[in-house]
Amino acid sequence: MTAPALLSVHEVCKRFGGVVAVNDASFDVTPGSITGLIGPNGAGKTTMFNLISGFLRPERGTIAFGGWRCDGQPPHALANAGLVRTFQIPRVLTRMTVLENMMLAGTAQPGEALGAALYMPRRIARKERDVRAQAQELLQLIRLDRLANDYAGTLSGGQRKLLEFGRALMTRPRMVLLDEPMAGVAPTLALQLLEHILELRATRGTTILVIEHDMEAVMAISDRVIVMDEGAVIAEGLPAEIQQNERVIEAYLGSPQVAGTAETVGA
Amino acid sequence: MSAPSDPILSVRGLVAGYSDENVLHGVSLDVPRGAIVAVIGPNGCGKSTLLKTIYGLVRARGGEVVYHDGQEIEQRLDGLRPHAVTRLGVNMVPQLANVFPELSVRENLMVGADVAGGRFGDRLERVLRTFPALEPALPKRAATLSGGQRQMLGLGRALIADPHLLILDEPSAGLAPAVVDEVFTKVKAINGEGVSILMVEQKARQCLALADYGYVLDMGRNRIEGTGQQLLADQEVIAAYLGSRGRLDLARRQRGE
Repeated sequence: MTAPALLSVHEVCKRFGGVVAVNDASFDVTPGSITGLIGPNGAGKTTMFNLISGFLRPERGTIAFGGWRCDGQPPHALANAGLVRTFQIPRVLTRMTVLENMMLAGTAQPGEALGAALYMPRRIARKERDVRAQAQELLQLIRLDRLANDYAGTLSGGQRKLLEFGRALMTRPRMVLLDEPMAGVAPTLALQLLEHILELRATRGTTILVIEHDMEAVMAISDRVIVMDEGAVIAEGLPAEIQQNERVIEAYLGSPQVAGTAETVGA
Repeated sequence: MSAPSDPILSVRGLVAGYSDENVLHGVSLDVPRGAIVAVIGPNGCGKSTLLKTIYGLVRARGGEVVYHDGQEIEQRLDGLRPHAVTRLGVNMVPQLANVFPELSVRENLMVGADVAGGRFGDRLERVLRTFPALEPALPKRAATLSGGQRQMLGLGRALIADPHLLILDEPSAGLAPAVVDEVFTKVKAINGEGVSILMVEQKARQCLALADYGYVLDMGRNRIEGTGQQLLADQEVIAAYLGSRGRLDLARRQRGE
C-alpha cells in the first residue's frame, strides 16, 4: 500500500470480563477504498466497529484517523472529524418523517442555539434550506425521495436500512463504517444498496469499511478484505485471495480434523 | 438425485418463515434410516429454521414433512405440535435452552422421559450407559453444569424418550475444541445404537467427516448435496460460505448496468 492510511488500527485489544473480544488486531484502510471486514459469528467485527467509532475504548493499542490519534474520543468528536457509522439494527426516529430524520443528521445548525434562533432568523433559514436541499438530494440518491414526508415508522426494514445509510452521509463524511448494511434487506433493495455504496465512492471519494455476511456482495464491492476470527485479524488481501485462503476457509468451515482423534475428556 | 430406498424422514419443498418473510423457499431432503445426515451452510441460510419446522416449532407454510416409522406407516409431521412429534419417535435438542437450569439433572431427565412412558429407572440406566458422566451429577442443578455437561444432558434428555430420529441443532455451539470432539463422538455412539440423526452444524468440516450424507443450504434453498466425503472435497461448498466471484457481477450485467 503506497498511500498513507486514512484509518490505522494498531495492536488493539478489548476484553469483556474474561472474554477477549478483540485480540491484538492491526490493519490499515487506504483513503478512497472499499474494505470488507468479515469473519464468522463472534469474531469481534462489531466490537472493532465500536472501538473505531468511539463507542468503546480499547484497553491497549492505538487507532488513528487521518493521522489523528482518536482512540478514546467520543463518537461525536469522530463524526465531526469525518468518521461516521451505521448500526446493524437501524436506529431511525419512527415518529418523525423521513426528511426530518435526514435533516436532523445535518451538522452545525445555528438554529440549535437559542440566541441564534432569536436573533439570526435569516441565517438560520438559509442554513435550513441548505440542509433540506442536501437531505432531498441524498434521498434521491437512495431513492427514498417519494417517501420524504412519510413517517419513518411506516418504512419497511429494508427502507429503514437505506435511511440509516442516507443519514450517515448527511455530514459528508470522509469515511463511513457500515455494519451489515444488507442484513434483512430484500434482494432487489440489497443490490440497489450495493450500487449506492459504489456510487458514493465514485462521486465523493468516500472511504468505506463494511461488515457484511453476504459474501457475494462483500467480495463484489471490496478492494480489499480483512478477516477476523476469535478477535484476531487472521488474513488480509484481495477478495479472490481471501476466498482461497486456507486459514479463512478453516475459520468458516472448521478444521478438517475428524472427531475421535483428539483426547476425550470426562465422560 | 437418487432418493434413498428407506428414508426415515422425507422433506419435500418445505416453505417456512417468520411474519411476512419466508426463510425456507422449498427445501427438500431425506434422512436414510440409521444414517447421520448433516445440514450445513452460511449464516442465515435457514438451517435452524429447517429443524424447527420439521419438529413443529415453526409452522410449515408449504411442502411436507413425512415420517416413516419403519412399520409401513407414513405420518405427516407438518401441522403437528412438538409434543406430538416427540411421541411419534422424533426428538430434538435445540441449540439454546436445551435444559431446565433450575431443575436437577435427574429431574431434567424425568421431564424427557415423561412423554415416552415406561419405567424411568430402566430408561435412566440406558442414558447413563451412554453418558456415564451424568451419574455423579444427577442431584446437581442443571444451571451448575459446564457447557459440555449441559450439552450431554440435552442429548441424554432427548435420548431418554427412545427416539428413532434425533434432530440436533448445533450440538457443538460454544464448546471448547476438546469438548466439541467429545460431543461428536457421542453423536456417533448414539447413531451406533440405531438412532437416525439429522444435525445442523457451524463446524461444517467436522460434521461432514462424521456424516453419511450432507446438504448445503444457501439462502433458504438446497444448493449442493452429497456424501460427507464428497462434500468435504467440493470447492462449491467453500464458495457457499465465502462467495464465488462473478455471480453478482452477472446479476448486474443482466440488469443492463
